[in-house]
Amino acid sequence: MQRTSTEGPDYFHKVVDCQWACPAHTPVPEYIRLIAEGRYTDAYMVTWKSNVFPGILGRTCDRPCEPACRRGRVEDEPVAICRLKRVAADNKGDIADRLPVPVAASNGKRVALVGAGPASLTVARDLAPLGYELTLFDGETKSGGMIRSQIPRFRLPEEVIDEEVGYITGLGMEVRLGERVGSLKALMDEGYDAVFVGSGAPRGRDLDLPGRQEAAANIHIGIDWLSNVSFEHVNSIGKRVIVLGGGNTAMDCCRTSRRLGGEDVKVIVRSGFEEMKASAWEKEDAIHEDIPILNFLVPKEFTHQDGKLTGVVFEKVRPEYDDSGRRKLVHAGEPDQHFECDDVLIAVGQENAFPWIERNIGLEFDEWGMPQVNPLTFQSTAPSVFFGGDAAFGPKNIIWAVAHGHDAAISIDKHCNGEDVAIRPAPMTTLISQKMGIHEWSYDNDPANDGRYKVPQRDKADALKDVRLEVELGFAREMAYRETQRCLNCDVQTVFAEPACIECDACVDICPTDCITFTENGDEDDLRGRLKAPATNVEQALYVSDVLPTGRVMVKDEDVCLHCGLCAERCPTGAWDMQKFLLEMTHAGGSCR
Amino acid sequence: MTYITKPQLHHPKLAENALGYTRRDYEGSVSTLCAGCGHDSISAAIIQACYELDLPPHRIAKLSGIGCSSKTPDYFLGNSHGFNTVHGRMPSVLTGANLANRDLIYLGVSGDGDSASIGLGQFAHSIRRGVNMLYIVENNGVYGLTKGQFSATSDKGSKSKKGVINHDAGIDLVSLALQMGATFVARSFSGDKAQLVPLIKAALSHRGAAFIDCVSPCVQFNNHAGSTKSYDYVREHNEAVNRMDLIPHRDAITVDYAPGETVPVTQHDGSVLQLHKLAAHYDPSDRIGALAYLQSRQALGEIVTGLLFLDPEARDLHENLGTVSAPLNTLTERELTPGAAALAKLNASLR
Repeated sequence: MQRTSTEGPDYFHKVVDCQWACPAHTPVPEYIRLIAEGRYTDAYMVTWKSNVFPGILGRTCDRPCEPACRRGRVEDEPVAICRLKRVAADNKGDIADRLPVPVAASNGKRVALVGAGPASLTVARDLAPLGYELTLFDGETKSGGMIRSQIPRFRLPEEVIDEEVGYITGLGMEVRLGERVGSLKALMDEGYDAVFVGSGAPRGRDLDLPGRQEAAANIHIGIDWLSNVSFEHVNSIGKRVIVLGGGNTAMDCCRTSRRLGGEDVKVIVRSGFEEMKASAWEKEDAIHEDIPILNFLVPKEFTHQDGKLTGVVFEKVRPEYDDSGRRKLVHAGEPDQHFECDDVLIAVGQENAFPWIERNIGLEFDEWGMPQVNPLTFQSTAPSVFFGGDAAFGPKNIIWAVAHGHDAAISIDKHCNGEDVAIRPAPMTTLISQKMGIHEWSYDNDPANDGRYKVPQRDKADALKDVRLEVELGFAREMAYRETQRCLNCDVQTVFAEPACIECDACVDICPTDCITFTENGDEDDLRGRLKAPATNVEQALYVSDVLPTGRVMVKDEDVCLHCGLCAERCPTGAWDMQKFLLEMTHAGGSCR
Repeated sequence: MTYITKPQLHHPKLAENALGYTRRDYEGSVSTLCAGCGHDSISAAIIQACYELDLPPHRIAKLSGIGCSSKTPDYFLGNSHGFNTVHGRMPSVLTGANLANRDLIYLGVSGDGDSASIGLGQFAHSIRRGVNMLYIVENNGVYGLTKGQFSATSDKGSKSKKGVINHDAGIDLVSLALQMGATFVARSFSGDKAQLVPLIKAALSHRGAAFIDCVSPCVQFNNHAGSTKSYDYVREHNEAVNRMDLIPHRDAITVDYAPGETVPVTQHDGSVLQLHKLAAHYDPSDRIGALAYLQSRQALGEIVTGLLFLDPEARDLHENLGTVSAPLNTLTERELTPGAAALAKLNASLR
């Protein structure tokens, strides 16, 4: 193999699995260390800068960082990254003086933001300090978008939303709530320099089955129903509830039902338990609240009597896999099953809907009715209209909306300044040695052996009484500290300098996870097979040195490195060094222009 | 040394041996030696060898004297028996332990100061008596603990870190072991585990006095130009006469070398050494030839490594003395006090 090139932002970034996996590339180990030091406010600001909603995401994020976490490959479970973020939010001090100062003078550019959800709010946060005159529209009476309407209060208290949305709206912008944009053309005609569409995926999919119309009074679309609960238009449901669907919305629906009078609440899903779209922890929470999840049942018909829903008939299916591994659900050969219920919540997916966008204003849509949006610049085919969040590429989650928002803000800023939006700013990176003494590092290099700590929850009986009572209590400081010690500090990189190496093997001998091998060079497949421990995780890079004096190369498998620094401590010549790689995404503003 | 202990977290695919132990289970506490010390590599090689041989850690006794090398038993086989003796007296304590309990596997760990200076006599006598052990000298040719004086194995003409030339003749422990009748003699290099690990495995399987002289650079005081025990010097002058694989049981031989190049040697315990010749004329069954070869190469500044001599049918001290076949701690009152009739018979035999 060629000597590994660590120049440029990507190589070391990939080693920081959590940060690489985070759509907004939040520097996770950096804020975890700050939490460990008790510097909650600093930790909060690091997070706030990247992902805008630490308190909200610390409770609700889909956490792509955690499946990626290296800790999960070394022992059973990843670091509780998401809930640690909440610790920073819960324990921070006043951050007023750390927020950008509202700009007194306008830069003369006006931007309209459609929808006051996470994508638009991110764009607003990035652009407001640059002097843009922003106008934020939303059809609801409060801002926050799906954060407020779809996420139940027992998972995310209202104060947290108000606080973090408030940090953004407080930067100075016109917020026009209760004002649903009915025409993009009319909006554009108002002379905005740019329009950002962050209107989400607001339409819940329906199931057109026999009985749907007749029993309509007791059949609800999940996200609409959740929104009605959030805005207190609905405060009860029947005793027997069936939730159709296997995603996170279904989990929110069933748990909300339990709090509004549902005693016998079931989730019934077409697919198997493992393939359900809901995150594992959300399924776990639902099961904990005595909600059974029934699988491989496809709804066929709503049964009703005298115009009232009586239940749902399901066909039992089983999975069948073809040669390419594709799954097909086939009739299981069992009789259909009828489940009685008083209400049904349909949570089988969401769709985008753009009835308010005229099709003759130069904004092209694809065959599925989605706007054609450049995935890097978020620009539509109408140069001054940008999309982000669920509105851009269909339903994802908050953290993706934030990432889109940052990128769209860069594009809008460039567009308004007459620059090419295709030229994207590089992230800011630094690589700094952490050596403080012969065996001292400026980070805590001793990883704890503890297993993952579970976030304490409110007693179930109490939690089920009130739909607005938060279930998770959050980590207390001490437990949070212990959880932080499980972090492997993957951003502190093992950096190898060939000229200093005397090939004494000290690093090979000490490495607790057998990452390092000195061996004859070969191609990648060959090398992976004959390292001290076989490097079977091809997602993870091999770090290969130049040829050393004995004719061998140093090969380090990044896969399960603990970043404990023992290789560097045992190295007599300093050929190994532990260097902190900090990557911060460049957001809209002067430095990227 | 390091301030943290080696994390318990290990590679998820870390393999287990026949006893269900991983290599990590054969480790000891974290080394306090200088970073880059060759001794740590030897510790790692011992760990690897014991793991690969499926040795039960509680059946191994590791004994050492005083010095950097003699500290190392703390850094491997944390679940084995250990005895840190006074300076240079490891061989006699080991001999005593071996006489008392012949069932343990004895590993004597020493250094050039401990074995070639203060303990030279003890070294020689334990070898000539054929104590069943692996005696390994971690030879760095320098007194590292006292900051870099020449040791008794420093080669004549070599230079200290301060630039002083050594005028005394160096003791070659390999030659001495050969002369004293060692039945397994090898030399290796801490920086070459591919050679060292099989040698340790073979030596641990050998019945009789097995000796390995392992050149082990002292990074702090003896790794400079002018030293003959530096990483660079040893790599440049290392002449391996053979490579070896140890196959624990006769029936497991699958390695297929070209005929004439590989000699299978069956040891007393049934294990087979597959000796792969590198130096065409070197014969490791010829003690006198080995001595002559070593001297001639040494005169040229070469360091001959590999398995230098082996007597696969060696006898050990117990056989020579005709001792009881069981460890003394297993003998019961019945065997220890055979009664008046036995005493009378013994007395009669002496009249």
